[in-house]
Amino acid sequence: MASTLTSGANSTTDANSTAKPTLLHVRNVAKNFGKNAVLRDISLEIAEGEFLTILGESGSGKTTLLRIIAGFESASSGEIWMGEERLDRQPPYRRRVNTVFQHYALFPHLTVEENVAYGLRVAKRPAAEIAARVGEALEKVKMATFAKAKPSKISGGQQQRVALARALVNRPRLLLLDEPLSALDANLRRQMQVELKSLQREVGIAFVFVTHDQEEAMVMSDRIALLRSGELEQVATPREIYSRPATAYAAQFIGHTNLLKGDVKAGMARCSSLLWAVQLPDGSALFSLRPENIRVVGAVNLAGSGGVRIRGKVRHRAFHGATELIRVDCGDGLVLVVRTPSGIMRDEIDLEFSPSDAVPVRESPERS
Amino acid sequence: MFSRAYRTAVTLPPVLWVTAFLLIPYALMFCYSFWSVSPAQTIVHAWNLANYNTLLKIDVYWQTLLRSMWIAARVTIFSLLLGYPLAYFLSFYAGRRKDLLYQLVIIPLWVSYLVRAYAWKTILGSDGVLNTLLQYVHLTKHPLEFLLYSPFAVVLTLTHIYTPFTFLPIYAALEHIPRNLVEASHDLGATPAQTFWKVIFPLSIPGVLAGATFAFVLSLGDFLAPLLLGGPSGIMISNIVVSLFGAAYNWPLGAAISLCMLVLVVALLFFSERLEKKWSFS
Repeated sequence: MASTLTSGANSTTDANSTAKPTLLHVRNVAKNFGKNAVLRDISLEIAEGEFLTILGESGSGKTTLLRIIAGFESASSGEIWMGEERLDRQPPYRRRVNTVFQHYALFPHLTVEENVAYGLRVAKRPAAEIAARVGEALEKVKMATFAKAKPSKISGGQQQRVALARALVNRPRLLLLDEPLSALDANLRRQMQVELKSLQREVGIAFVFVTHDQEEAMVMSDRIALLRSGELEQVATPREIYSRPATAYAAQFIGHTNLLKGDVKAGMARCSSLLWAVQLPDGSALFSLRPENIRVVGAVNLAGSGGVRIRGKVRHRAFHGATELIRVDCGDGLVLVVRTPSGIMRDEIDLEFSPSDAVPVRESPERS
Repeated sequence: MFSRAYRTAVTLPPVLWVTAFLLIPYALMFCYSFWSVSPAQTIVHAWNLANYNTLLKIDVYWQTLLRSMWIAARVTIFSLLLGYPLAYFLSFYAGRRKDLLYQLVIIPLWVSYLVRAYAWKTILGSDGVLNTLLQYVHLTKHPLEFLLYSPFAVVLTLTHIYTPFTFLPIYAALEHIPRNLVEASHDLGATPAQTFWKVIFPLSIPGVLAGATFAFVLSLGDFLAPLLLGGPSGIMISNIVVSLFGAAYNWPLGAAISLCMLVLVVALLFFSERLEKKWSFS
């Protein structure tokens, strides 16, 4: 799932531990529409050549953040820096940032070729250079044969490629993508995810990609910035955010999880009949336990593996091909979701997980 | 889906209406244009091309037609020059005042044409508001005579009256431009001026063509403004038609002129519609 991780990916949530220099600094950006706070104190760093995904539900403020970076909205407070240059004071046409819009926003009166040439033409580049770069860009997105077509004559996936070529041909330092795949059907979408990622590696330009689709974020990103109700919940690599979610929200939003509410007393956590060792101060605590980290074990196998064990009744099975998600009622109000290989037909099963897989997470408070 | 009787009942009224009020009158006009008037002031139903011959031979007719077209052309240009910036401002920069300003542009359309034409008469006349003011501030000693009873007065009045007609289609076209195209243009490095000329204006051309057609066709056929404010030098072709159907009692010649104008206007509409189609992308 996290095969797109860069080499030497950081094991902390901090971006600065990667080798690449920082390209963009978002510093304490907030945005209010009237009394409504859409973004609150967002600080984020984007490295050169990085693929960063801003992930969030609709209304989380992710598109607003992107629009502030592009310059279509101004921040109510905070600053955006690109190297030594303060970006948030510049109009969008002076920023070396290009955007791929959600609905592509291709100019309907211009051909594919003219659309791609637009940025170079307004920059008054020599005609020969424009022709060469436009040809190259169209070649790169496999749209050269449609150069003379109007946007209305090509399909959504093709428009998508043209929009990408139109942005990349300007060699921006940063490319912003606003849910560019949301209008495509599932198959084309998966194909474009792979293409987009390999294109990004090839051109080496930093991408900031906005999506509400956690799977898409996992597949494509070097890092994910998870946004909830205008605040950053966690910024980390897909692997990190999946295996070490910082908050209950992060754990639930990305993949399936079991949230266990437990009481910690003298180094032992208790959640209904489960009991395991932790290194946490006394008090109540919340744990995220991924379904695939719970194993189904035979009742006879009682060798001391150090795992936490419990027996339960299978209440529901959801077939997912190679695996199944089953809901197991362990009594005492405890229901665990377990990912198992398909084909376990028993109704009463023994489960086991290792204490280190129960990741303590912060509670995510309600926000308006 | 619907019964035959129902379909007939629904389609019959418009068909009858069009036949009674458009097709028959046009057919009559067509016939009249090939007839003539006897010295005894009766219509002679003998087919000939004498009226069309007269149109070409006698200068006053084709000259007045040309002058009318020239007046209409000026009205078109001025109302575009006024209507476009207004529509552009309203569509892109008016913000919350948009609806109010829109209503303010529309309201004059509710005021009688006649009232507005008369208003200009009181403004432009030798004892009018403008001349009195100019003399009062000693910019002129005598009233400026060219203000009223001149082509100038006609162009001014018609521009005032038909500017909303150019404004409306242009405004509609501008409102239909997706705003993310404007953002995309800025995003690609185009300044606001470049964005206007490369994106906004090309996409508003159908509206401009529709507005220009309105202004030209409506002012070409206008007869009240030249009658009230035109004077001898501001006469337009419709005034001639009116007098031919009235005091001069030469319906055949009047019909011939009307038919010529009809052909001209229909050709114009046809042409502008083709252009509009060529420039519309949806």
